[in-house]
Amino acid sequence: MKIQVRLATQRVDPSVAINYRSPKIFTPGEVITVQDEFMRGHGTYEEDGYLKSSVAGVKQQVNKLISVRPLKSRYNGEIGDVVVGRITEVQQKRWKVDTNSRLDSVLLLSSVNLPGGELRRRCAEDEHMMREYLQEGDLISAEVQNVHSDGSLSLHTRSLKYGKLSQGVLVKVFPSLIKRSKTHFHNLPVGISIILGNNGFIWICPPINNEEDNVGGFVQNLEEVIPRTERETIGRLRNCILALAQSKMLLYDTSILYAFEESLKYSVSELLIPESMVDVAMSTQHRINMLEND
Amino acid sequence: MSLCEAEKTFILHGVEENFRIDGREREDYRPMEVEIGIISHAFGSARLRLANTDVLVAVKIEVDTPYPEKPSQGKLDFFVDCSANATPDFEGRGGEDLATGISNSLSDAYRSSKAFDLKKLCIMKGQKCWKLLVDILLLECGGNLYDAVSLAVKAALWNTRVPGVKSVGIDGKNVELNVSERLNDCVPLDVSGAPVMVTVCKIGEYCVVDPSAAEEKCSSAALVVAVSQGNITTVLQGSAGSLHPTTLMDSLGLGVEVANQLNIALMETLQSAPPHFDVGFLK
Repeated sequence: MKIQVRLATQRVDPSVAINYRSPKIFTPGEVITVQDEFMRGHGTYEEDGYLKSSVAGVKQQVNKLISVRPLKSRYNGEIGDVVVGRITEVQQKRWKVDTNSRLDSVLLLSSVNLPGGELRRRCAEDEHMMREYLQEGDLISAEVQNVHSDGSLSLHTRSLKYGKLSQGVLVKVFPSLIKRSKTHFHNLPVGISIILGNNGFIWICPPINNEEDNVGGFVQNLEEVIPRTERETIGRLRNCILALAQSKMLLYDTSILYAFEESLKYSVSELLIPESMVDVAMSTQHRINMLEND
Repeated sequence: MSLCEAEKTFILHGVEENFRIDGREREDYRPMEVEIGIISHAFGSARLRLANTDVLVAVKIEVDTPYPEKPSQGKLDFFVDCSANATPDFEGRGGEDLATGISNSLSDAYRSSKAFDLKKLCIMKGQKCWKLLVDILLLECGGNLYDAVSLAVKAALWNTRVPGVKSVGIDGKNVELNVSERLNDCVPLDVSGAPVMVTVCKIGEYCVVDPSAAEEKCSSAALVVAVSQGNITTVLQGSAGSLHPTTLMDSLGLGVEVANQLNIALMETLQSAPPHFDVGFLK
């Protein structure tokens, strides 16, 4: 056992953009441009004839529309997003879910596949049984069904791939670091499944086999002991994701897999040390650049 | 923060396997970062970050009258402030119990004269003494609060400089202090015995140190051991659970061992710190 107490002067710079131009970051109140014919997008406001940034982030321009995308923010949901959330409250006919948004999201009893499979009317019996299905603290994967006018989300788990999550680890990162892609459920070749929630919640778990009779995922196997090798892979993936997130790198299956391969020279607990985290992020970025240049 | 049963099971099995969710073994500590002298108008200050736990400590010094029952001793007071930025639970009076808990445990741990000699803070017996006010601000809570706070307090006291007193004059009942005008003319405190606290968490059948917030949720019992130079100064129970006598003895032994190593690691780092460096915790 070696205890590390470091000084702030020895802090390592987590930035991986050395030879590459990093985009300018606007701070709140900073002038973006003179307001003449531009349109005011998210994260901006008008003052004294100027268009100014209201958040800290990078500028994005689509024709005449200028918006500033913040690096660090709460999750702004969009229809069809895959999210991972935690049940905070059980109410009549619905669950409240914490999805890292400004407001808690809603999961209606009518938008879940109940155990038993077949679609049927929800009766009073089901309302009484709600806590049996999902209780406070449970983690679920779900899809955004609708975005309300106040920004709150309503979710659904009307597919066999969504539902209650069993044993595994939750990692929280900024939502802006999750790369949008066709699928957010990945079975990595290292023998681990991963759910990259668009809301910045990442679920790492032993491989999910969909072949078994899945009943909308309301079963948790608490007896099962995860073997040591899988546990090590989960721990390594967790630390790799945190290393990439610290260096503000986009998270998707390829980047995570590269980071995993680059991290193999360290032991899992060594990946908590800032130097090795930056080293893993650097070599991952290098490999991604090589891939893009080919 | 709440956890579901499956997550708890995963953590529990990991502890049994001696492979925790971040890859540490049961007796492993996460790397931490310390900064001293970051508040220019305090007599001593430190900030310590242990994973997601962030603590800022400032030491202020006042001239005071000693307690009548301890005329030759100075005073040492702890005050803990739980910022609502740390967790929303601290809003309003939410963090008050935790704050008094931490400040009482610190006062208990520093009470022994072997841990911290208050006699050195006496200026004139029965008349004047220095009073150290240690202000602790919790900026972020990510588990293992007691350990982080005790280390930050020790670092801040190490950084503290007590003004040098040139002469003391007595004019009737009034005591006149003549404090040196030179800024560098001040005395560092002796913190070699300042206690280090270690939280030992019992998860399942095993004891772990440096629990993360999720692991704290899984623990059935927790024990905080304050250790000064290999001797236990205070022991307090961190949660409602009970401990078997043998487990208690084992955890005490583990706590003392880890605290000694923590102490060595912290003192080495503090001694290697350059006297003037400008980083500031907003870097």
